[in-house]
Order: sequence, then structure tokens, then C-alpha cells
Amino acid sequence: MKPMQADVIVIGGGLMGTAAAFFLRRRGRSVILLERGLVGQQASGVNFGNVRRQGRFLPQLPLANRSREIWGRLKELLGEDAEFLATGHIRVCYDPRQIGVIEAYAQKARDYGLDLELLNANSLKARFGFFGPEAIAGSYSPNDGHANPRLAAPAFGRAAARTGVAVFENTEIISIAKPGDDFQAIAADGRMFSAPIALVTAGAWGGALSRQFEEPVPIAVHGPQMAVTEPLPYRLKPVIGVSTAIPQEVVYLRQVERGNIVFGGGARGPAFADIRRAYAVPGHLGNQLRQIRRLVPALANMRVIRTWSGIESYLPDDIPVMGPSARVSGLYYAFGFCGHGFQLGPGVGDVMAELIDRGSTMTPIEPFHIKRFAVEAARSVSA
Amino acid sequence: MAEPRIVIVGAGPAGVRAAETLVASGVRPIVIDEGGRDGGQIYRRQPEGFRRSYASLYGSEAGRAEDMHRSFDALRDRIDYRPETLAWGIWEKQLHLLQGSRTSAVDFDALIIASGATDRLMPVRGWNRAGVYSMGAAQIALKSQATAIGKRVVFMGSGPLLYLVAAQYSKAGAEVAAVLDTSPFHLRVKALPQLIARPDVLLKGLALTLKLRRGGIEIQTGITPVEIEGRPEIGVETIRFRTSKGKVRTIACDAVALGYHLRPEAQLADLARCEFRFDAQTRQFFPVKDADGRSSVAGVYLAGDGALTLGADAAEVAGRLAALAVLSDLGRQVAGVQVARLRRRLRIFERFRRGIAAAFPWPAGAAAALGEDTVVCRCENITAGELRAAVSDNGAVEINRAKAFSRVGMGRCQGRYCGHAAAEVIAACAGVPVEAVGRIRAQAPVKPLIIGAESDAEQAA
Amino acid sequence: MTSNESGRFRRLGEEGRSRLVFSIDGQPAEGCKGDSLLVAMLMQIRHLRSSEFGDGNRAGFCLMGACQDCWVWTDTGERLRACTTPLAAGMRIATKAPEQAWPSLA
Ligand SMILES: Cc1cc2nc3c(=O)[nH]c(=O)nc-3n(C[C@H](O)[C@H](O)[C@H](O)COP(=O)(O)OP(=O)(O)OC[C@H]3O[C@@H](n4cnc5c(N)ncnc54)[C@H](O)[C@@H]3O)c2cc1C
Ligand SMILES: Cc1cc2nc3c(=O)[nH]c(=O)nc-3n(C[C@H](O)[C@H](O)[C@H](O)COP(=O)(O)OP(=O)(O)OC[C@H]3O[C@@H](n4cnc5c(N)ncnc54)[C@H](O)[C@@H]3O)c2cc1C
Ligand code: FES
Repeated sequence: MKPMQADVIVIGGGLMGTAAAFFLRRRGRSVILLERGLVGQQASGVNFGNVRRQGRFLPQLPLANRSREIWGRLKELLGEDAEFLATGHIRVCYDPRQIGVIEAYAQKARDYGLDLELLNANSLKARFGFFGPEAIAGSYSPNDGHANPRLAAPAFGRAAARTGVAVFENTEIISIAKPGDDFQAIAADGRMFSAPIALVTAGAWGGALSRQFEEPVPIAVHGPQMAVTEPLPYRLKPVIGVSTAIPQEVVYLRQVERGNIVFGGGARGPAFADIRRAYAVPGHLGNQLRQIRRLVPALANMRVIRTWSGIESYLPDDIPVMGPSARVSGLYYAFGFCGHGFQLGPGVGDVMAELIDRGSTMTPIEPFHIKRFAVEAARSVSA
Repeated sequence: MAEPRIVIVGAGPAGVRAAETLVASGVRPIVIDEGGRDGGQIYRRQPEGFRRSYASLYGSEAGRAEDMHRSFDALRDRIDYRPETLAWGIWEKQLHLLQGSRTSAVDFDALIIASGATDRLMPVRGWNRAGVYSMGAAQIALKSQATAIGKRVVFMGSGPLLYLVAAQYSKAGAEVAAVLDTSPFHLRVKALPQLIARPDVLLKGLALTLKLRRGGIEIQTGITPVEIEGRPEIGVETIRFRTSKGKVRTIACDAVALGYHLRPEAQLADLARCEFRFDAQTRQFFPVKDADGRSSVAGVYLAGDGALTLGADAAEVAGRLAALAVLSDLGRQVAGVQVARLRRRLRIFERFRRGIAAAFPWPAGAAAALGEDTVVCRCENITAGELRAAVSDNGAVEINRAKAFSRVGMGRCQGRYCGHAAAEVIAACAGVPVEAVGRIRAQAPVKPLIIGAESDAEQAA
Repeated sequence: MTSNESGRFRRLGEEGRSRLVFSIDGQPAEGCKGDSLLVAMLMQIRHLRSSEFGDGNRAGFCLMGACQDCWVWTDTGERLRACTTPLAAGMRIATKAPEQAWPSLA
């Protein structure tokens, strides 16, 4: 069978892959996008929908800023906005010791162009009257917000297809290699795709592909747990989260314009990468509810109508693998987003397209290079 | 061996007979039901203080109802009965419960899901108006509350309940404006060879129709629903339909009872990760079970209308069989003859079910004809046009994908009332068989769960 | 007894139960012991609430706790599923979401 040829093959049609394909096409590259199931069906389609910058790993802020700028232009770029709303994002804390952490972060974030407004107990109460008495301080990021994950990646995918990207759904790549000048990706049904450049955006399954180039990464999969309430009048505009050092205190919520309140946080459930499912654990809901009541007591009367989870990939240092391969020329990676990838998606797509097109990018992504695991990989091989 | 922990969800005919069978073997099961009283749907008990007799409440089924209630009363101190308790989630061998605003969990070695059924619905323009109720709702209003859903009620849909409930209304003194059946009469004749499997039930059915006609109630078969008209604030005012001859008719009414037979409450089976199979005749998915009620998941058993809509008598048999399967799987001695006899009876009910399905088919074709502005999902107010856009503009062919794009099935009822019709709308729009569209995956909680819920320390150790 | 022309439902027996007084949106109302809240309300008025998404009033649908169309509120902001909640004397029921009075905080 004759392989199908393009300038770039992108493996994995989540938000990273669809956005990268879209921006590569805008740079005039011919692109094949290969997705095992349907576009945006995995982590990108089921996440919480937070388009949040504050609280991120500081060196990631330039990328997050670039992404935020694209979120604001989705309508113009894609013809639809994926329900992105710049409603602001607020983080509050319960522990006086955490106030210092919040303040220090706000100070440093300023150097990266992210202006956060610090709120004390009084200003918190005056401005956002819905917080419980334990919320003693917070920081507000006025230009962050949220979007609908069910819509975002498919919107990028459709826009990519409209502009000429060859999108293949139900196409699982089981092997990829670079026998000569070109990469050859072979699908489970035998179809072949070939290109001088390959980008792996396979989310939790990225490690299975990088391993084929002898660049294993210590990837772990978990299922963050989400829930949604019945619709209520649309009143809680900002996205709300808790800043804490205690894992079970972590909870975040947002109200969508139709009125439902989406929330997540707390213990993560098991995720099964092999069967592509992650299940919400009923036993984890109790703590989430307790934390929601603590954060916004007035929600105690509302009803949860649905819970779910999704498969997310985590790396030990909690930052993604992003950039060129350390071993194979023409090979690029962008996966393993450790629960923070939704906000970054459009920016990752844009940066990877720039990197592939230009050989470099204006946005610093050096900390995410796969080579940081090379030592470890070598050690584990020799052990 | 320690006493096995056996949990039954549902105190309807299936659950009660399962409990009785277990108790007879010296096991003390936990019986969970979200209702305040036992009896399930058909033998639903009226509130304390109501005085209607068994005969007036349950008609020809009075004897069975009384027997069921007596059996349950006799079990009360030999089971751990937990009324007003919702089973809302399952994780491995643990069932999650909600009682008032307290959550708890019970561990089980074996779980018998006897969760019954709810009405199966096909939308019609205006079915979101106040005054439109499910067929089951109309019956509950009468049985459990001695009320009618309106002053002048039209019964529309198909299936045996259509005639049964209309007759019950008429007998109780309610005004029945008409009975409108989408199934053409000739199908009933064609299905006779299967329906004769239960001659007594067949005769009862015929008698019902006769009684309705004698009472001067208009019965139309082979109709096509057009619209339930009214105003947003007032609700239902008239119903419009096309007769089998193609004439459009309008009937004034202030309430419509609507239903097309039943669908299983299979969320718990789904959450237990049981496999499902497609039933081509009724165009719906049922959880897979063997002749005795074993699901595809070890330790999870299915009985009654929650697994397959065979009716109340069959639910009793299925409940007994499932309990015997549990006992036998736990290594207890079970009488083979008894099992064989029960299985034989179940096969007769299955033949009859096929007859009913053939005589009163699910009007799949109506989905393709739904107007663009007809609401498909009542909870989220999503129209057929919006659902079709998810298919034609966004390429969704599988129902959970279409749900993600359109919000159909994302509301409070979790797709119970729109799921089957939505699948037909998608299938027709995409030009694929409805089994390829699939079914809406269940997500916990099975019913809405209050954020204020506090968990019990119970965690049965 | 409480046969009310303005109500949606109609009683067909079980008359003579004791009466319970409650209120709907501040208006006094009367039901019978053993009534579900849904029945008691629909003996007085024609709806329970209105759809969040603008398609008009709703009056319940399944009466068996499955469709969730019948949720109403108490004046203290609790939510009750009217079809599965027995009427109790003194209930103060609202047909509109109290959160509508919340300030919109941005
Ligand atoms: C429940 C949950 C909540 C979250 N909340 C947030 C949040 O609020 N904010 C935030 O910023 N981030 C959040 N995240 C993280 C975020 O969703 C992810 O980091 C991001 O979506 C990752 O995108 P992706 O494209 O890398 O991965 P995915 O969306 O998983 O996409 C990878 C794709 O690759 C495909 N694929 C894999 N292997 C192959 C193969 N061999 N051949 C072909 N295709 C293949 C898969 O089918 C999949 O579609 C959350 C994640 C989850 C699970
Ligand atoms: C509204 C309605 C009216 C009907 N009327 C008739 C009739 O008049 N004649 C006739 O022959 N058949 C009728 N049927 C069919 C009849 O219900 C069944 O054949 C019979 O009741 C089935 O018995 P079952 O034990 O399988 O389920 P059911 O009798 O339905 O009992 C199921 C029980 O499980 C409980 N339950 C379900 N899920 C949960 C959960 N998650 N947590 C806790 N408890 C749960 C329910 O509260 C219920 O009590 C009717 C069905 C419905 C839905
Ligand atoms: S009317 Fe359906 S839940 Fe009450």
C-alpha cells in the first residue's frame, strides 16, 4: 500500500494535536492528523475547562500567556468560541501560612506579565460575598476564565480540516519509525502515513510512542474527578479554586452560562489507558462535597446530577514533555500535561507549529525538554 | 464461612420474591428501595390513611397485590429493609446509598438489581408543556393519590398500559377524552400466535378495549401524533393527530398521558460495568443476563423489568431465579427441578413479550419526522434541530458524542426520557442503524444528590 | 373537598382525609393528609415551576421520582422533589428559584 504523504504527521487528536495541526496549516505546511478514536474525546473533551494561568509553574507563564491570547481570538480563528468566557479566576486560601505563598506568587507572576489582585478577608467578602468564613485571603486574575472542553478540540479539528488538514479519525498508530528521511506511521489496519516531520501529541499514550524512539518517559495516568450540578440562575461568574498545601482541600468550581456548576478536585481515581476509560469513584464525592460547602456554603442545597473522570498523564516533576526529540531529527513531542493542559492547548499548538516551521520559538519551553528524562532512562536501562 | 452479604435493590415484585427466596434459605439480605413503601410500580401501596380496597385499586391483580404485600410484611423482621434509600453508585463490590441527606456505603458479595422500569417516550411537538405526563405518571396519580392528571385526559402512545390506564381512569370517574394508539390494529392480529402464550392476559386486554368502547370512549389506532398545543403559561389545551385514514383531527383536553411501553432502569447495571446487548425488535439495549439473571459481572445479578420488560408476573419468577442463582453460586444446595420450572415459565413470558412488542411497536419512524423545533430533551430544552446539527455539522454519530455536542441527555433525568428517541433521531439523520448510535452511558449519581449530603461512618466493614 | 377549578389535577376519591394548610408563593393553600406535595400544589395551581431554558411552565412529568421535572423550593431555599415529598402542614413553597435574588458577582 502506498503511504499517504505530507510535510508533517501529527499523532493524537486532542487539543494539542488539533491546535498544532491548525497552526501548522496556517504556516503553509501540509498536515496529516491521526486520531485513534474521535477528535477531542479523551482528556481534552472531559476536563474541567479551566482557562487559568495563576498558580502555574512560573516558567510556564509565557506559554500560558500566549495561549490565553489565542483563547480570546477563537471566534475569529475558528468561527466559534468554544464558550470561552474571560470571567476572571479567583484562588482563596484557608490557612494564614498560605497567604504568604499567594503573595509571593503574585509578586513573581508580575515579572511574567500576569497581574494578580490580592484580596484580604474584607475585600473578599465585599466583592465575592459567597465565600465561606474560612476563606481568609485570595488572589484574583481578571483575565483568566473558562471554556467548554467538549467543544474546544473538535472546533480546532474542524477548522483544521476546513483549511486543508487531512484528519483521520478511528486511526490508531501502532508503530512509528524513521527508516530513512521520512517517518513512517502504520495504523492498526495497515494504512501508512509518511512525512519528514512527526509530532507526537498522544496525551497519556505519548510515552508509548516516544519509547519507539528509545526515549521512554516515566508517565503515570490518573483520573481527576469532576461533577456537575443542576442548572441555577447564572450568578457565580469567576472560576473559583482553593490554594492549599493539603491535597484533599483542593476543589475548584465554575458556573456555565446555562447555569450548571461544574466542580472537581480532591482524590483522583484510577485511569485505564488500555481500555481508554477512567471512572468516577463514588467514594471520592463525599470529600468534594464537603470542600464545596466549605468554599461556598450557599451551594449546600444544590444537587449534583452527574460525575465523570478522564485519563490524564502525569510526569514526576509535574510539567509536560514538549519540544524536539533529543535523539531523532524531525521528531517533536507535546504530551504529558499533568492536569494543566487545557488552558495551554491553543498555545502549545501555536508554539509547536512555530518550532517546526522556524526551528525555534519565541516562547521559552526549554524546561519541558524530553532530555530531562534521558539520564533516568539510561539508568533504568543499565539497572 | 461468614454470612454472605447479599444486597437487593428494589422492593417490587422481583426484589420481594428474591428476598423471600433468600430468607427461605436462611440468608438475611439487605433490601434497598428509594420508595417509602414496598410493592414497586404495579403493586404500589397507597399512603397510610387511604381506604380504597385491593379490588378497587388493583382490579384483576388484587389477589396478587395482596399476596405480594403480605409476603413482604412477613419478611420484615427477617431482612434488613431500608426504605427511602437511593442506591446511587457502585464501586467494585460496594454500593453507595443516600438516605435523606446522608450517604453511606454497603459492601456486598452478591447484588441483585431489581430496579424496575420507567416509561419509554417518543417526543411529540409540545410534549414539554405543563399537563403532559408519562403513562406511568397518570397511573400513579390515580393509584397512589386518587387523583386524575387533568379534568379531560387524552391517552396517547402505544402498548398495553395505554388501554389499562385509560380504563382505570374511566372506571374511577375521570373524563377520558380519547385513546390514541400509534400502532395499527392489524399488528395485534398478526401477533396473536405469540400473545396466546398467556391466554388469560390476552383476554384481559381484549376485555379492557371492549369496556372502553362500551363506555363510549373514542379509540383510534394507527394514528400519527402531530402536536400537543397550548400556551407556555397555561399548558396543554388541545391535541392534534392524524388518523389512520390521514385526516387531521383536534381534540380539546387539559392533560395528555403519553407513553410507548417501558424501558429498564439499567443505570446501576451500567455502573457495575455490566455488558449490554441490542434487542433488534424493540430497538433498545438491555443488560446481558443468563437464563437465571447472572449479569456479565461476577456477583451482580439482574431481575425483573430492570433487566428485561417482561411484566410483573415474570418479575416475580425472575426474582426467585436470581436469588437461587446467588445461592447456587455461593455453594448452597439449590433444587434443580425448581430452577427448571421457573426457567420454563420465564420462556413463556418471553414469548408473550415478543408478541406485545410486535403488536405495539416502538414508533421509531416518528423520530425522523420530528419537526426541527420539537423539543427532544425536556430537561435541557434541546430541539430535534439542535440534535441534528450535532450530527450533520459536527459529525456526531455515536450518542454520547452527540450528547457532548448538543447537551441532549445531559439534564437532570440523565437521558431517561429522551435517550431512546435521541438515538433514533441521530440514526435517521446520520443514516446508520440505531444500534450503531449506541446508548447513553450511565453516570453516577443515579438520581440527583444533594451537595449538603454528609457521609455516614457506616462503611460496613 | 378541595376541588379547585384553577388547579390542574382532579380528585377521584379518598375524600374526608384531614386537611393540611401550607402556602405557595405566599398564598395560603390547602391539601389533604397523604397528598404528595405535587398533588397538593396541582390541586391549587397549574404548574410547579418554569423551565430554566424558557420554554414555559412545568408541572412534573413522571410522578415517580425519575424525570426530576418537579423540583420546587421552600422559602428557606431548600429544594423538594414534589412528587416524592409528602405534603406537611406549614410548608412554605416557592415556584421560583431563590437564587434569582442572588447578586450577580463578576
Ligand atoms: C478530568 C480532567 C480535568 C482536567 N481539568 C483541567 C483544567 O481545568 N484545566 C486545564 O488546563 N487542564 C485540565 N486537565 C488537563 C487537560 O485536559 C489535558 O492536559 C489536555 O487536554 C491534554 O491534551 P492532549 O491533547 O495532550 O491529550 P488528549 O486530549 O488525551 O489527546 C490525546 C489524543 O491522542 C490520541 N492517541 C493516543 N495514542 C494514539 C495513537 N497511537 N494513535 C492515534 N491517536 C492516538 C488519543 O485518542 C487522544 O485523543 C484536566 C484533565 C482531566 C482528565
Ligand atoms: C409507572 C408504571 C406503571 C406500571 N403499571 C403496570 C400495571 O398496571 N400493570 C402491569 O402489569 N404492569 C405495570 N407496570 C410494569 C410493572 O411495573 C412491572 O412489570 C413490575 O412492577 C416489575 O417489577 P419489578 O420488581 O421488576 O420492578 P418495580 O416494581 O418497578 O420495582 C422496582 C423498585 O426498585 C426501586 N428502585 C429502582 N432503582 C432504585 C435505586 N437506584 N435505588 C433504590 N431503589 C430503587 C424502585 O423504587 C421500585 O420500588 C408498570 C410500570 C411502571 C413504570
Ligand atoms: S414528576 Fe418526575 S421526578 Fe417528580
